[in-house]
Amino acid sequence: MKYPLTIAAIALAALMPPAEAAALRESGDPLDSARWSEMQKAFLAGAPVLFDPRVKVVAPSTAENPMQVPVTVDATALSGVAEVVVFADFNPIVQVLRFFPEDAPAFLGFRVKLQQSTPVRAAVRTADGVWHVGGTWVNTVGGGCTAPSAAGGSKEWQQRLNEVSGRQWSEGPNAGRLRMRIVHPMDTGLVAGTPAFFLEEINFADASGKRLMRVQTYEPVSENPVFTLQRATADGPVEASGRDNNGNAFKARIAQ
Amino acid sequence: MKRLVCVLLMLVAGRLGAADFDYRLTAVQVAKDVYAFIGKTEDFSTDNGGNIVNTAFIVAAQGVIVIDSGPSLRYGQQMRRAIASVTAKPIALVINTHHHPDHFLGNQAFADVPIAALAETRNGIAADGNAFAENLYRMSGDWMKGTEVQLPGKTLSAGIVDVAGRRLRLVALDGHTGADLVVVDPASGVVFAGDLAFNGRAPTTPHADVAHWLLALEQLEGLTREAGFKVLLPGHGAPTADAAPIRQTRAWLTWLSGAMRAAAKDGLDMNDVLARPLPAEFASLPVAASEYRRSVGHLFPAAELQALGAKP
Ligand SMILES: [Zn+2]
Repeated sequence: MKYPLTIAAIALAALMPPAEAAALRESGDPLDSARWSEMQKAFLAGAPVLFDPRVKVVAPSTAENPMQVPVTVDATALSGVAEVVVFADFNPIVQVLRFFPEDAPAFLGFRVKLQQSTPVRAAVRTADGVWHVGGTWVNTVGGGCTAPSAAGGSKEWQQRLNEVSGRQWSEGPNAGRLRMRIVHPMDTGLVAGTPAFFLEEINFADASGKRLMRVQTYEPVSENPVFTLQRATADGPVEASGRDNNGNAFKARIAQ
Repeated sequence: MKRLVCVLLMLVAGRLGAADFDYRLTAVQVAKDVYAFIGKTEDFSTDNGGNIVNTAFIVAAQGVIVIDSGPSLRYGQQMRRAIASVTAKPIALVINTHHHPDHFLGNQAFADVPIAALAETRNGIAADGNAFAENLYRMSGDWMKGTEVQLPGKTLSAGIVDVAGRRLRLVALDGHTGADLVVVDPASGVVFAGDLAFNGRAPTTPHADVAHWLLALEQLEGLTREAGFKVLLPGHGAPTADAAPIRQTRAWLTWLSGAMRAAAKDGLDMNDVLARPLPAEFASLPVAASEYRRSVGHLFPAAELQALGAKP
């Protein structure tokens, strides 16, 4: 089957390695999901879309624990990334998070709750207004979104809410990497009797106050979220700050 | 499309023909008066119906002592028939070594006899039994038909017990789960290790505390050094006349926990850890790749917590 490409896409393809260029397409969801057109309408309406192998979404093909499915989005092969939106077609709450890589590479690792087998996708908007879409299927045996958070039963997290721990790596194979964990139940609101209670915004800034990345998180992000970022130049501490949907704010320094 | 449907129908028909839901259990004598049913070193599937576990029985003076009851009602029933073909003695007691479903979901077939386990194992079955059973329905399909959780009604504790005229030594350990019972039968020299020991199959870790498990393996190895030791029956894999399964399990756990700690310390993300190749030493071990994947989910978050300097 052939997918027709516009002139712009053909020009783009000329700049890519042949294998990747061959995988570029503007129509025909490579993941063959019945909900693709709905997703496109909801998130990418009216803008040009390109299924682009340079948007790498890494996740296990079978999720052993649907409450904590690791997802890594790497769009560093594209330039001029303005925004990345991550969604899962068949999740009861589709939108997982959005991130805006300002002074950091377009790379983010996190974990997500999935209710059933679904594509997990990243749509990457570049400065020219084109959405570059990548994704992968994750098979699961369900339960991630309608199962209560582990914290639900205990009161301990209330004292530790928004407690941040983290580290940066300045040498070795992962130089430039930053990892952060924050204590939060991330309740979806889909469990009877437990209202939605989740982190909404996290900002990462360098020592000079320059923003590295802004992340908007939604209910499907896993309990006690862990984020992995990659810094272009790792110098100095990073300040992480943000708040949840109940207005609980946090600010923490992640030393280098 | 029509062709696809036909192919699917043929697959379904083929599957039904093959599965008569007979586990073909054959009692293997491992010592005088001691027999085992040795399961496959595989994952749960609709082909094996969950027969991936070792169960056993001791023919004692006044009755039969059953150690673990298998993954389903059908298994328990077939096991009971297979025992009856070896001895006419009645079942005196069923022991569940720990709260994993492949070791207790056959209990229903023994509902008319006393079933016993450590207190924490009983609590674990009461709390998680139904969820485990549901999971096995998904993985083993119709083999599970009619299976329901039958709680052990009696509590065991460590020490010497007399069952049906047989003196048994119960050793209460933990690490594979919160409570792992080892049964020593001094009369035959058999040590029933439960899932503290795996032989020729990667260990499972959903409820593991690796540090405790390694300590438990020390004690278990001590039992194999005692005078009179003859056979070690692991929870999965072939029985041995030595401590090889203990050493194998220890090697896997030591590597696995070290690898999780090192990966977290190096700043790896869970997907990075999942993508790592298995060391040559373990690459050909049955189900190593799938158990590694599961174990990353079970064990990496704790290693990560430590590396990130979070309070546990
Ligand atoms: Zn077990």
